Amino acid sequence: MKIAIIDYQLSNLFSIKHALDYLQVDSQITSDKSDIADSDAAILPGVGAFGDAMKNLQNLELISVIKEFTSSGRPFMGVCLGMQLLFSQSEEFGNHKGLDLIKGQVRKFSSKGKRIKVPQIGWNQILQKDKQLWDNSPFKNTLPGEFMYFVHSFYVTAGETNAILSETIYEDIRYCSAILSNNIFATQFHPEKSGAEGIKIYKNWLSLK
Amino acid sequence: MTHRIIARLDIKGPNLVKGIHLEGLRVLGKPEDFAKYYYENGADELLYMDVVASLYNRNSLHDIISKTAGDIFIPLTVGGGIRTIDDIRAVLRSGADKVSLNTAAVKNPSIIKEASRIFGSSTIAVSIEAIKQPDGKYFSYIDNGREETGLEVLEWAKKVESLGAGEIIITSVDKEGTGEGYDIGLTKMISQNISIPVVACGGAGSPDDIYRIITEGGADAVVVASMLHYDFVKNHANTNNFINEGNIEFLKKGLIFSKIEPVSLKEIKNYLKHKGVSIRY
Repeated sequence: MKIAIIDYQLSNLFSIKHALDYLQVDSQITSDKSDIADSDAAILPGVGAFGDAMKNLQNLELISVIKEFTSSGRPFMGVCLGMQLLFSQSEEFGNHKGLDLIKGQVRKFSSKGKRIKVPQIGWNQILQKDKQLWDNSPFKNTLPGEFMYFVHSFYVTAGETNAILSETIYEDIRYCSAILSNNIFATQFHPEKSGAEGIKIYKNWLSLK
Repeated sequence: MTHRIIARLDIKGPNLVKGIHLEGLRVLGKPEDFAKYYYENGADELLYMDVVASLYNRNSLHDIISKTAGDIFIPLTVGGGIRTIDDIRAVLRSGADKVSLNTAAVKNPSIIKEASRIFGSSTIAVSIEAIKQPDGKYFSYIDNGREETGLEVLEWAKKVESLGAGEIIITSVDKEGTGEGYDIGLTKMISQNISIPVVACGGAGSPDDIYRIITEGGADAVVVASMLHYDFVKNHANTNNFINEGNIEFLKKGLIFSKIEPVSLKEIKNYLKHKGVSIRY
């Protein structure tokens, strides 16, 4: 099994690579279209700005590669910004179109009147929405309410509510922190930075297919 | 949202060291041993500070980062001697998740903006080393509290935020390593006036100090060093590996600073949880 960690020259990809190495899974960080197309599973990571990310994916001609990959039914995982990019559009620094693989919007954390700290940096809980979905997902042996590591200023509102795998509450905003839509799995948090519980999620994801 | 407990490891060459007021460094052991122990005991993040980075070569730091990144899966911030965009890239490539800038940011504030744009705001923390002046004002320093910058701390913090930094690590040089407690006034001044997370550093001597800097100082995260190191040493002092590696004579002779309790991460978290502070447990 070979995993492609998609490099669109923006994010810190090494921590995901370290996690997969730890699990003794063959993986490579790559921007190469055929490397990605030929892999058994692919991860879209991400730290940085939505608009820049889409621009880079376009310049590297990876948008169609990702769309073909996901429609082939092979496991595809998005992490953090890599989750947000899967959605229709973002309001980050103007409006940007996303990959539109999942219907929904990306919004900025804001709270009327009350001052809140943005970005959210730290550990927060993932809450179960649908037990059946959870039990058949990479979260299958994760306790609802487990703490995971989040770093983000934007969050998604999913149009496909039955794809919402977990929710998280930040400053009274309850938002979608993971999705599972057929072969597409994505987390707003960083499993590779969430200790042994996070590593377990990668392990489960890899054994799913 | 939970308050983070960040274990800080000051690194000199291949060793973990600890000083007082950022000076008078003593060797405690191998940083990777301490890091692993903190990871397994519930540290929320690790902070590596290369305390003499500009004086020695950097290879040992990169070695330590990559050893850490291979089997420790919590965020790692690295600071000390990071001057350029290329330095940031190299540290991230070794396995760090975030960098902490101080001197480089003071000398060339535009690096904050540039680095945030390239690597994302949340990757760029700015460390401010503050010393309280006789008139009560705080000024920021560089070079481990040795050189004054002329920048008033709050003004500098606001500028750092506006340039796009993801968080501010505010260190009280006056309190650092003393165990007298964090500087609550200093942290409060920052946390009340900016909207990015504020990390309080310097002075923790007991779990109650941590409780107070969170509840009274408004810290989003706290940095702890000596308390944890002394706890580690207390529990590992009899293992051969440790005795060979660390210069712990000062600890064995009871020269431990009386104001610093050796306390584990679990004990800190139990204390905070019991007091109703939101933490990861």
